[in-house]
Amino acid sequence: MFSILAKEIRSFLSSLIAIIVIIVFLVANGLFIWIFNETNILDAGYANIDPFFELAPIIFIFLISAITMRSFSEEKKTGTFETLSTKPITDLSIILGKYFAGLLIVIFSILPTFVYYYTIHKLSVPVGNIDTGAIWGSYIGLILLSAGYVSIGLFSSVITDNQIVSFIVSMFLCFFFYSSFDYLSSIEIFKKTEFFIEWFGINFHYRNISRGVVDTRDVVYFLSLIVLFIWLTKIIFNSRKW
Amino acid sequence: MSIRVENLTKTYKSQNAIDHINFEIKSGEIVGFLGPNGAGKTTTMKILTCYIPPTSGAAWVNGLNVETDSIEVRKQIGYLPEHNPLYMDMYVKEYLMFAASVYQLSNKTQRVKEMIELTGLQVEQNKKIGQLSKGYRQRVGLAQAIIHNPKVLILDEPTSGLDPNQIVEIRNLIINIGKEKTVLLSTHIMQEVEAMCNRVMIVNKGKIVANGKTEELKHAFSPDNIVQVTFNQSLNSDQLKALNSISEANLLSDYTYIVKSKKNEEIIKSEIFNFAVQQQLILTEMKLIESSLEDVFKNVTK
Repeated sequence: MFSILAKEIRSFLSSLIAIIVIIVFLVANGLFIWIFNETNILDAGYANIDPFFELAPIIFIFLISAITMRSFSEEKKTGTFETLSTKPITDLSIILGKYFAGLLIVIFSILPTFVYYYTIHKLSVPVGNIDTGAIWGSYIGLILLSAGYVSIGLFSSVITDNQIVSFIVSMFLCFFFYSSFDYLSSIEIFKKTEFFIEWFGINFHYRNISRGVVDTRDVVYFLSLIVLFIWLTKIIFNSRKW
Repeated sequence: MSIRVENLTKTYKSQNAIDHINFEIKSGEIVGFLGPNGAGKTTTMKILTCYIPPTSGAAWVNGLNVETDSIEVRKQIGYLPEHNPLYMDMYVKEYLMFAASVYQLSNKTQRVKEMIELTGLQVEQNKKIGQLSKGYRQRVGLAQAIIHNPKVLILDEPTSGLDPNQIVEIRNLIINIGKEKTVLLSTHIMQEVEAMCNRVMIVNKGKIVANGKTEELKHAFSPDNIVQVTFNQSLNSDQLKALNSISEANLLSDYTYIVKSKKNEEIIKSEIFNFAVQQQLILTEMKLIESSLEDVFKNVTK
């Protein structure tokens, strides 16, 4: 698994994808959070970085799809999929290697945003008077959310040998799991089962954790989502054997 | 027994890609796998390398079943797939290091260095694979296939798309590597098989139609000796046919005849010579035409 992981990280770095993703993520967040009028924290006047945690899941829909779109598609297109799957490694370790490589790049792009926390920490009056618990919770939530996105992206990549298709499918699925259940639940006919439907969406659990309460139910939800998509990936990965 | 295949069948949709084939390859043999496109060569190789499972039947590599001991089998096989897929944006060394780490070799750097020397990649070792010529890419493909020193090598058209010089280089490389390994290679080039292989298997429409040493096959599928004779003037081919040993005689061009016979070369030649002396003809040329593996191939895959 680690040889695959190392290879993936290297190819992310050498193809500049990782660097572009990290830069785009940070620039977009920086602009929305500190510069643009309507969303910036300085004007809002509250000592928190909620705008970041509201924006990040949306930006990640694009960026994580871009990171994962090539992971299997390209291997299939160039035929290296055959070389790789005739090496003495299990399918699961190939998938997990690729999965954790993607996740590491994403986590690496989140790390610099700790600067935001530090800035607010310093700006707040009195100094340090911010809801640290909620912010840590939000970070944990964001990492769990991106872990979910990466597994969705990986699945989208394994179903096709076309990177563009994989990118679009991945964006759609990420968006679907992120917020469509919220919209669905607000439809009049689902009124009775509103909570139940909302429960299926990522956003519901993400918001819960963001409050600073890391409930095992929410963590289990994210883990199940990840396991589900990795399992689906494994099934499709083996489709040549059907 | 290095490779053993029993009743192996692979069905795509309703079509049989390979149909109940059986063969064995002893360790140390270099076996050529011939057949027209779509005959089932690649499918057989993909099953042996555990890429796809057979529909029915079974295959063993060094006594290990390809379906149940898949990981073990993959450790013992070096595989160069058709079209030699590589990561174009990786550096040669980087790629070989990756291959070494996938096989969990303990002395990766050492082994990569050895492979680069063995395959003659010294000059190109710091380039990206995408920058290499096809011949060098093929060397990289071979290097990754033998980096873990496998007992069995499976090469799917290792020389396709190369220029004649590169073909000779890759061929020598394979002969060199194949000295202490079992090699199964597929190709469309007949001379290659004659130059490299101890044994040939010809498949057609999913079945093995010929299996044996090249000499045996030539003898079995074209038992006639063929002699080309040229005289200084024309004569009726029936005159030649009238000779004892000759079963068939045809005019090839002007004064040249093609003669077929069951007898051996010496007898035919001396009889034709005597005939020429009797008829007071001058023999300007007389030579035995070697029947080629190509003829055998054409015969069995018709």
